[in-house]
Amino acid sequence: MQRSFIARNPSVLIFLALLALFTLIVTVLAEGSGIGIISTSFVKTLGKTLCLCLVAVAMDLIWGFTGILSLGHFAFFGLGGYMIGMWLMYERTRLIVVDSLAQAEIPPTSSEVVDAIGNQIFGVVGSSEFPLIWAVADSLFLQLVLVVLVPGLLALVFGWLAFRSRVTGVYLSILTQAMTLALALYLFQNDSGLRGNNGLSGLQNLPGVSAPQSVVSLWFFWASACALGLGYILAAWLVSGKFGWVIRGIRDNEARVRFLGYSVELYKLVVFTLTAMIAGIAGALYYPQAGIINPAEIAPIASIYLAVWVAIGGRGRLYGAIIGAAIVSLLSTWFTGGQAPDIPLGFYTVKWVDWWLVLLGLSFVAVTLFAPKGMGGLVDLWTQRRAPNRHGADLGPDAGSLREQEAET
Amino acid sequence: MSTLLEVSGVSVSFDGFRAINNLSFSIGPAEMRAVIGPNGAGKTTFMDIVTGKTRPDEGRVLWGEKSKSLLKMSEAKIAQAGIGRKFQKPTVFEDQTVEENLLMALKKPRGWVAVLTYRSSAADLGRVEELASEIGLSDALTRKSGELSHGQKQWLEIGMLLAQEPRLLLVDEPAAGMTPAEREQTTSILVDAAKTRAVVVVEHDMEFVRRLNCRVTVLHEGAVLAEGSLDHVTSNQDVIDVYLGR
Amino acid sequence: MIRLFLAGLAIALSGMVASAQESALQPVLQEHRDLIAKSSRMTISPAIDAIATSGAPQAQEMLEQWAEKNIWMRKSDGLFFIGEKVDAKTYALSDIDTGRMIAEVAKSEIKQLKPNSGVRAMIHTALVQFQLSDPNPSKRQDALTSIARDPEASLLAPLRRSIDGEVDKDLRAQKKRLERLLTIGYDEDTNARVAAIEEMSGDLGVDVRATLNPLLATTRDVAIGDVPQDRNIARTLTPGTDELSVRDAYALLVSKDLAPPLTTRDDMRAALAANIDGGRVGSVPVAQLSTDEARTRAYAALAADGTVSALVTDADVQRAVASHVFFETYIDPSAEVTTAAANALKTIGAKVGVNQALDLTLDALSLASIYFLAAIGLAITFGVMGVINMAHGEFIMMGAYTGYVVQQVIPDHTVSILVAIPLAFAVTFAAGVAMERLVIRWLYSRPLETLLATFGISIALQQLAKNIFGTQARPLTSPGWLDGAWVINDVVSISYIRIAIFILAFVFLAIFLFIMKRTRLGLETRAVTQNPRMAASMGINPGRVNMLTFGLGSGIAGVAGVAIGLFAKVTSELGSDYIVQSFMTVVVGGVGNIWGTLAGAAMIGFLQKGIEWFNPSNTLAAQTYMIVFIIIFIQFRPRGIIALKGRAAGD
Repeated sequence: MQRSFIARNPSVLIFLALLALFTLIVTVLAEGSGIGIISTSFVKTLGKTLCLCLVAVAMDLIWGFTGILSLGHFAFFGLGGYMIGMWLMYERTRLIVVDSLAQAEIPPTSSEVVDAIGNQIFGVVGSSEFPLIWAVADSLFLQLVLVVLVPGLLALVFGWLAFRSRVTGVYLSILTQAMTLALALYLFQNDSGLRGNNGLSGLQNLPGVSAPQSVVSLWFFWASACALGLGYILAAWLVSGKFGWVIRGIRDNEARVRFLGYSVELYKLVVFTLTAMIAGIAGALYYPQAGIINPAEIAPIASIYLAVWVAIGGRGRLYGAIIGAAIVSLLSTWFTGGQAPDIPLGFYTVKWVDWWLVLLGLSFVAVTLFAPKGMGGLVDLWTQRRAPNRHGADLGPDAGSLREQEAET
Repeated sequence: MSTLLEVSGVSVSFDGFRAINNLSFSIGPAEMRAVIGPNGAGKTTFMDIVTGKTRPDEGRVLWGEKSKSLLKMSEAKIAQAGIGRKFQKPTVFEDQTVEENLLMALKKPRGWVAVLTYRSSAADLGRVEELASEIGLSDALTRKSGELSHGQKQWLEIGMLLAQEPRLLLVDEPAAGMTPAEREQTTSILVDAAKTRAVVVVEHDMEFVRRLNCRVTVLHEGAVLAEGSLDHVTSNQDVIDVYLGR
Repeated sequence: MIRLFLAGLAIALSGMVASAQESALQPVLQEHRDLIAKSSRMTISPAIDAIATSGAPQAQEMLEQWAEKNIWMRKSDGLFFIGEKVDAKTYALSDIDTGRMIAEVAKSEIKQLKPNSGVRAMIHTALVQFQLSDPNPSKRQDALTSIARDPEASLLAPLRRSIDGEVDKDLRAQKKRLERLLTIGYDEDTNARVAAIEEMSGDLGVDVRATLNPLLATTRDVAIGDVPQDRNIARTLTPGTDELSVRDAYALLVSKDLAPPLTTRDDMRAALAANIDGGRVGSVPVAQLSTDEARTRAYAALAADGTVSALVTDADVQRAVASHVFFETYIDPSAEVTTAAANALKTIGAKVGVNQALDLTLDALSLASIYFLAAIGLAITFGVMGVINMAHGEFIMMGAYTGYVVQQVIPDHTVSILVAIPLAFAVTFAAGVAMERLVIRWLYSRPLETLLATFGISIALQQLAKNIFGTQARPLTSPGWLDGAWVINDVVSISYIRIAIFILAFVFLAIFLFIMKRTRLGLETRAVTQNPRMAASMGINPGRVNMLTFGLGSGIAGVAGVAIGLFAKVTSELGSDYIVQSFMTVVVGGVGNIWGTLAGAAMIGFLQKGIEWFNPSNTLAAQTYMIVFIIIFIQFRPRGIIALKGRAAGD
């Protein structure tokens, strides 16, 4: 009865093949490898999109599969970015400082170097002391550990508090939103130790690497593709086994799972923390490509957009999350970047820069109302899956449960 | 006879309304018991208390040979200790197949690491098929349980309870909405189960209770009104007053 | 020639007139002619005093003209005149005593008196006594204001003299108060000062604290041996404690030339750089100077050679500090005065504390009423119907923009607000009903989907507002009678707009309670909330009730928008600034209960103000901590302050 992992998840192979093909095409056509049909900035955009797909997979795990509408996963994404940004900024500033101090008559002491770096980094917020949270910023390894650890720990503490008190449904969503807002507001302060609203900048420069951006952008693109591939496999493995049954059971009918003897709170906490870590990794890959991170990135609205992507792509199926994130974020870049042609109506010209959000908002309402399966539903047309007729009933009593139209036979 | 579950002096009130009032109840390790009572007598609340969903204001709930208190335990821990519960409405995981439903219910380690690394062994699958034939769902193993008929879902849920191998089964109105033939089978499943474990059935339907042929506890206004054989309690004047007319 | 002659005659005449009068000014001026002509701050005071006390009716006029640089001295005879420019070379001279025009003379014949700023200040001081008794009350007021702005010892006497003659009651009170304050600051008699201090202690005025605080100003000083007894010592300082670190103590010694300065890192570095000799400094290779230890060694070597001054070691610092006593002395030498001032400030401080608490309470109440207004609509849609409306903030924004548009049409602010409130209600009511009919009713059992769908509407509405009204903030001006603030004393005050919002919040509470408890709609709403199926079978149309309830909640949001727009800038992001706080209010208060919302708003308002009070400079931090607090609060009361229990809570 028990089939192999791949047999149970045909989408994994298809997805990995498509991802590999896509990576190959982009690599060949990119500026960094000589042909230059795809500009470096577009390679970065594509790389960033892959990272967004990864965080969307995490969002799908927590919302589509576990039924928790978290409005905080972009905060974890941002935290991951901050953690890697600290090392990038520290190391790059250190190289510059060491360089300039080498010109002096007397060689600098280590504390002089550190002071000079502090001056460079924190000058904008009127300080020069390194805050405690930068204690390990000089170590790439430790900061990489923090990329996973900090979002994971925050998710663990927050999740433990929230799940323990049995906060569910919209309450939990609002609570996660509040957490995100609190974090963003905290980071906006100058004395948060992360340069307030200036954020961390110059992250696109890898310290000690002299390769041009066109090449570095490809490295990050590959890394993002690898991370997405691994993340997809991990997620598919999680949801295909008994663990997947349990978390889907929690989504549809939490009480029943509890009376079967599973500790619902523990499972939620595991998924919440794990997805926060995945989000952190995605953020750590995203922001070096974006070049800058500031607290505005963490604002609650970003996390809601994440939910929007997953919903438009089709929640509860991993490829749906990826389709949604990729298409909506690329379209968003296209429309807001001013590349989309304006529509002259005679009396008024529709400028997409102004009207894109209106379109997105309304199409989102439409998807929620008329196509709960999202774009992933189109795949069902192809594989000829049909929704069961359940006479309007959802698949479970819980707020996050699947709707009739979302269920596949 | 030793007792498996002992509930004594339990009271609970919601916003001043006393749902359970100084209730005492006990059941042995291999015993069938029917609990009847009019609406609002506290039957469901009683089950909520035993399964840990509702915390009583006072009283004790003791479990097993070691007389362990259930009041400090979470629902999941109580379920792991060996108390299974079936809800009034059939609640199965409709997005998943019958087989997955049963595998999930099988008595196995419930920790997340164990679950994550779980591979279904031949023995597990054999046990699942055995259960499926017991509840008449052998042909439906790979179907999503959401497609099953109402009665089939009831049986599936009972099957999941049996898969948990509980020492005490709490069953809330198992026969509701079933055809006579389905009731027949439900009765036999429950009677079978009661041979090796304790079963508490909450039921409205007197005919169904009579078929179970067991001791009956009558609840009224959150307290035990009468206890004994069905014939004994139906001849009790208090019970007649409460049940039939006033 | 004739002109000159006439002028001379006129002077002769005026001289006669002047001498005829007892209190003419010119003789006084002539008596001090040299001083006046020289106009030095050091020497002028007898002259000014003489003028001020001459009793001449023109003394004030003369001083004012002098300060304005309008007094000229005729070179030929040294007499003083008021000069007025006729053209570039000619000036018209008037007699100081009579004010009569005397002659027009060439500029070369006269010399202007140019009092420097120091002298002018003294003239102004002298003028104050005249101004204080000026027949014009507004001049007297000006004089008092100027004294209050920069009080001086010399003003005390004229001020005292002017009190008895003051007829205006209000001015008299002001003069008396000012006299007390000046007495505290400048009276020569210590007992009088102490008495004045005691009299004013307990007064909340900022001016009292501004007078008392400088009395307690201290300077740090250091002495060898014991603390000198002849100084007014505030306290002795122990180096190495919080009040004075060893470092600061040593710095104090250095500043008093009692110890050699420390060599800073930069100094040391500069000294080393200046003494590089063949790739080595004091026999240490330059390349090795990348540690503090090596640098110290090299520097010590240099010091041994006598090239640089010896390094001050920690032991030196300790020794120097230990051999001195450090203390703070009051600048004011009188111990009685400083003690009295300290006591008075303590009394005032306690009173100020109480009043600040009162002020904080008012602030918190006003913030709470804003949150309540913003959240009450949400409490209806979320609490009563269980519908999450993420576009609630945009309804608030729509209300504010409605107010703005109305003001463009109706210029009168009072009328426009009166029109805007019902109109905003109507607009957002309609928007709410439309949204309920088109979107929300299809998603009633799906709260999370509702959340996301309404979020879609929210971003669309926000962008729409941006497209229509632009991104810059639009003003929504409150009517004139809402300007200003109700000032209770120098500490406690609250603006009228906030009072109006407070009242509005209560009005809405009353309206809500009325609708829920006394109308058919309220009855039906409660019925549908508790049991929709039963309500439907009793002939209530749940669809209609839901629609109206949702419209009501949205309408109230619109009115809240008008109120919020009055004190906040109207932008398309107005709503999103309030949405999270509104949700918090509802969740903390407890869903489904208007009193819970009230309690939630009160708690959040007071909490935020309370946290801000601890750290007033940082409202961002205050909001952060508040949210963290709420998350923790939810741990203990997951269902809010006023929770529904049991089955009704929907377990």
